[in-house]
Amino acid sequence: MISFKHVTKAYNEENIAVNDVDFTVEQGKIVVLLGPSGCGKTTLLRMVNRLESITDGEIIINGENSMDLDAIELRRKIGYVIQSNGLFPNMTIEENVMLVPDLLGWSKKEKRERFTYLMKLSGLDPEEYGKRFPYQLSGGQQQRIGVVRALAADPPVMLMDEPFGALDPIIREKIQDEFLQIQREVKKTILFVSHDIDEAIKMADKIVLLRDGEIMQFDTPSEMLAHPKNEFVSQFFGKDRAIKSLSLHTVKDLQGIIGLGEVDDSIQDTKTINVHQDLRNTLSMLMNQEADQVIVTDDEGERIGSITIDLVQKYLHFEIKGKLSVSQEG
Amino acid sequence: MERWLNFLEVNASRILELTVDHAILVTLAIVVALAIGIPLGIYLTTNEYLAGVVLQVASITLTIPSIALFGVMIPIFSLIGQGIGFLPAFVALVLYAQLPIIRNTYTAIKNVNPEMRDAAIGMGMKTHQRLWRVEIPNALPVIMAGIRTAVVLNIGIAVIAAYIGAGGLGVLITQGISRGDNYLIISGSIAVAILAIIADAFLLMIQKFFTNKGYSQVTAER
Repeated sequence: MISFKHVTKAYNEENIAVNDVDFTVEQGKIVVLLGPSGCGKTTLLRMVNRLESITDGEIIINGENSMDLDAIELRRKIGYVIQSNGLFPNMTIEENVMLVPDLLGWSKKEKRERFTYLMKLSGLDPEEYGKRFPYQLSGGQQQRIGVVRALAADPPVMLMDEPFGALDPIIREKIQDEFLQIQREVKKTILFVSHDIDEAIKMADKIVLLRDGEIMQFDTPSEMLAHPKNEFVSQFFGKDRAIKSLSLHTVKDLQGIIGLGEVDDSIQDTKTINVHQDLRNTLSMLMNQEADQVIVTDDEGERIGSITIDLVQKYLHFEIKGKLSVSQEG
Repeated sequence: MERWLNFLEVNASRILELTVDHAILVTLAIVVALAIGIPLGIYLTTNEYLAGVVLQVASITLTIPSIALFGVMIPIFSLIGQGIGFLPAFVALVLYAQLPIIRNTYTAIKNVNPEMRDAAIGMGMKTHQRLWRVEIPNALPVIMAGIRTAVVLNIGIAVIAAYIGAGGLGVLITQGISRGDNYLIISGSIAVAILAIIADAFLLMIQKFFTNKGYSQVTAER
């Protein structure tokens, strides 16, 4: 758990980078710091592992005030991932990954076991990659190693500063999915900086939206999309925020509330979609193809129904717009 | 051609002896210069103010003509009865070698990718761990380039040291000039050139051997 208690950072009286920020990252959750550049999100993140000083307020990490701990000890207990992965070119992948355990004085055997476990967790062959140097890996693989390295000493808390920002969109999405998969297993408490709205919606349990060092809203992604607290929040998420919010719902959610259509066997060549796919992708798929319906399949590939633009619209109306109109009245 | 061969036959052992003297003078000066310059260069990366001052002083030292610096050494070392000979030449060479060594060490470490340094600090490395495990290994090619510059520079400057009685290949050249003997001048010059080329090639080999595989590839790709 990471608690920010009225945290302020000022360079001087006029220049305030972070102003009275107060929120908590619950155990095992991902909180995304989101906002335009210069909003103080990276500064806030770097205050946790004391790469930036705190002017006022305190940060409590798992019950301990960050300022009461030795900075070196503190940093070794916090996984840190940066955008350009920060791998050391003079070390092999195994040396890079096992750096913090090495600093902590783990035995060779412990390091070896941990390395094998972590590499398997991220779907990379430890034998094949261990002896390679960073330059021998693709950008996506390097970033995976960057994440694996942060997990090396099994820190309870992780800081991720735009970790997937430098990757191309296709690889980024893939690595985001993989990371969420890993997170389901390791359940770290994560503070994550992003300037990408879609990434924030996808990764976050909760989002902190910042502007000029102040919190504009701290909420779950769906709440924030449905009930933006002020003009800045609704503008930041844009006019298409109803569509954006579709990415928080899956075909299965829709099936549960309004049910799927029947499969029309007379239509040939229709595409199929997995029941766990999100509705935003489903909608674009429906709009991209000529046919009126897309066949929904379950994990075994069995056809369980069909979905149409009408159904998505209906769901949007009941589930999301319903909430929107409430917020407008309130 | 025959006269050349005759000349070399007569003088070969002397040329070799002077080459060895020359190499010893330069090697000792470089070893001491490294012992001062590298730690100083590393330290300066942590002290911005002092770095400016030291680099400035080292730059000025390098602009002093070598013959003048040797001249200044004589009265100073006369005070301890070492006015001419090995010691003043040695000290002058140590001074000349400082700039390339200090400056390259300082610049190389300063120029290590700031994100890499950030990652190292953020992961909880202490200053000396960061220096030894990350900054120095990644700065090594540039540091070695400075050392190579210093060695080649010193081999050239040491020729002048013959004027203050420090021996070395400069002896052939100065004698050649005063006697008007072209054989002496040319053989002395060629020997200096060969010594410089061999020393540089040898250091390059060392550099390649010690430079990490990962890093040399990265720089090659850039």
